[in-house]
Amino acid sequence: MTNLEKYNKAFMEIFEITEERTKGLKYQDIEAWDSVGHMELIAALEETFDIMIDTDDIIDFNSYEKGKEILAKEDYGVKF
Amino acid sequence: MGKIWEFDPFDKDAAIIDEYGNQMTYEALNAESYGLAEKTGSRCLVFCLCRNEIGSVLGYVGFINHGIVPVLLNSRLEEGLLENLLETYKPSYLWVPKDQIGRFPGREFRYEVYRYVLLKTDYERNYPLHEELALLLTTSGSTGSPKFVRQSYTNVLHNARSIATYLELSSSERPITTLPMNYTYGLSIINSHFLVGATLLVTEKTLMQKEFWAFFKERGATSFGGVPYTYEILDKLRFYGMNLPSLGTMTQAGGKILPELHERFAKYAEESGRKFVVMYGQCEATARMGYLPPERAVEKNSSMGIAIPGGSFRLIDVNGNEIKEPYTTGELVYEGENVTLGYAERGEDLAGGDERRGILETGDMAQFDEDGYYYIVGRKKRFLKIYGNRVNLDEVDRIIQSEFGIEAASAGVDDHMYIFVTDEKFIKPVRSFVVNKTGLNPVAFKVLFIGEIPKNDSGKTLYKELAKYYV
Repeated sequence: MTNLEKYNKAFMEIFEITEERTKGLKYQDIEAWDSVGHMELIAALEETFDIMIDTDDIIDFNSYEKGKEILAKEDYGVKF
Repeated sequence: MGKIWEFDPFDKDAAIIDEYGNQMTYEALNAESYGLAEKTGSRCLVFCLCRNEIGSVLGYVGFINHGIVPVLLNSRLEEGLLENLLETYKPSYLWVPKDQIGRFPGREFRYEVYRYVLLKTDYERNYPLHEELALLLTTSGSTGSPKFVRQSYTNVLHNARSIATYLELSSSERPITTLPMNYTYGLSIINSHFLVGATLLVTEKTLMQKEFWAFFKERGATSFGGVPYTYEILDKLRFYGMNLPSLGTMTQAGGKILPELHERFAKYAEESGRKFVVMYGQCEATARMGYLPPERAVEKNSSMGIAIPGGSFRLIDVNGNEIKEPYTTGELVYEGENVTLGYAERGEDLAGGDERRGILETGDMAQFDEDGYYYIVGRKKRFLKIYGNRVNLDEVDRIIQSEFGIEAASAGVDDHMYIFVTDEKFIKPVRSFVVNKTGLNPVAFKVLFIGEIPKNDSGKTLYKELAKYYV
């Protein structure tokens, strides 16, 4: 699986949505992405990519696109 | 019937500040409350669809202080449930966010202030409102039954005073909202802080958003409340390292926090000169019944503490006798002026008076230690707390039965519910149904297939035998 596929899979499984729905998705756009869902998402991404996401990045992670940007930073080095 | 808050002494002080920079002084709150009450007219019932916004708080305060009875509901309440409640209670007005006006076609517009609108319904109420009735709240996490808790003016005032006393609240406090105001714990923070002239910081943002923390720092929040799950989030956010110089007090209620988290937060508070206050309560007791004095938070891990000022606890054994020996389990009974009038399940019930006479059998099983500190050890009834919301397991089984015509058995631990069904094709639909009914995050619910639901000879479900599938 590519990193993008893994990233999408986390969104699709946790929020129970299709791949199409992930694009442009923002925090609280859907009921499943509330603070509980956010915790789950962060935990899943940390496990998938074997990283530890910083507090500032956890609270800055407010959309599907923003999340990709964050994970691609040097600190985490996830290439999409 | 009477006013709960006196705003005159606080006059020019800020009562509410929101994240967009809007401020409302106590003087303005008083004047706006009066204006809203005037538009609403005489004592009647109003459904309030709540958000942590100035308009929502203003509506609540204005109605209560002028003898109008608000019903506090979540603004994201599912359409079917809301419709059912409207038909059951027939409120005269709705107080709703302006952007939701489209949900209510045909309701007559009467007034608008701070992005909230007052809509007139055409229901005719054919029962009186009892003179002591101040407001109605749902028991947390209702699965669709139109059941409300009836709270009186005395209940609200006494509980707010007691909270202000044991938390030593003053006008310099600035609590920030982290809980919905239609949730009894969130509301108790508003009730108690308005008594002392504090400044409420309102935001719809959550702990997971940087805007929340920016608002927190910019306005110098001094306290917040959280359910056990809130503290799990804070732990995950490595809260202990955050730079929050204004923070003085963290309160916790809405279920029992994990012992390791209790310890971490109690120690963090002790080392940083703050207060971590574990509390215990129920909507049926307005909000709070017990609190753990913060100076003993580290020492008394897992305890919910002692009764709040003006209240008392006792434990009752199966024969109804009071337990005098420490470390003996019994049902926790609370007595105090904040014990609510009773429930309502239909409009006519709002005419009813006090059914409890100040005594509440909590349904929680507890023990006390040799110092008289109480520990919750179990529950008499089958319910779980999911993210601080009470969810009745028997009711879940019942609604699944009536929706799908199948037998289901739900069980689990707090924040994790497991629903057992005997036909695999119902796994998905049952899950979506329960998620939708409770309005809680799907993460908390798992539906599992089981060949047969374990029962004893007389046909009673053996829920304990299900535990092996999830423990």
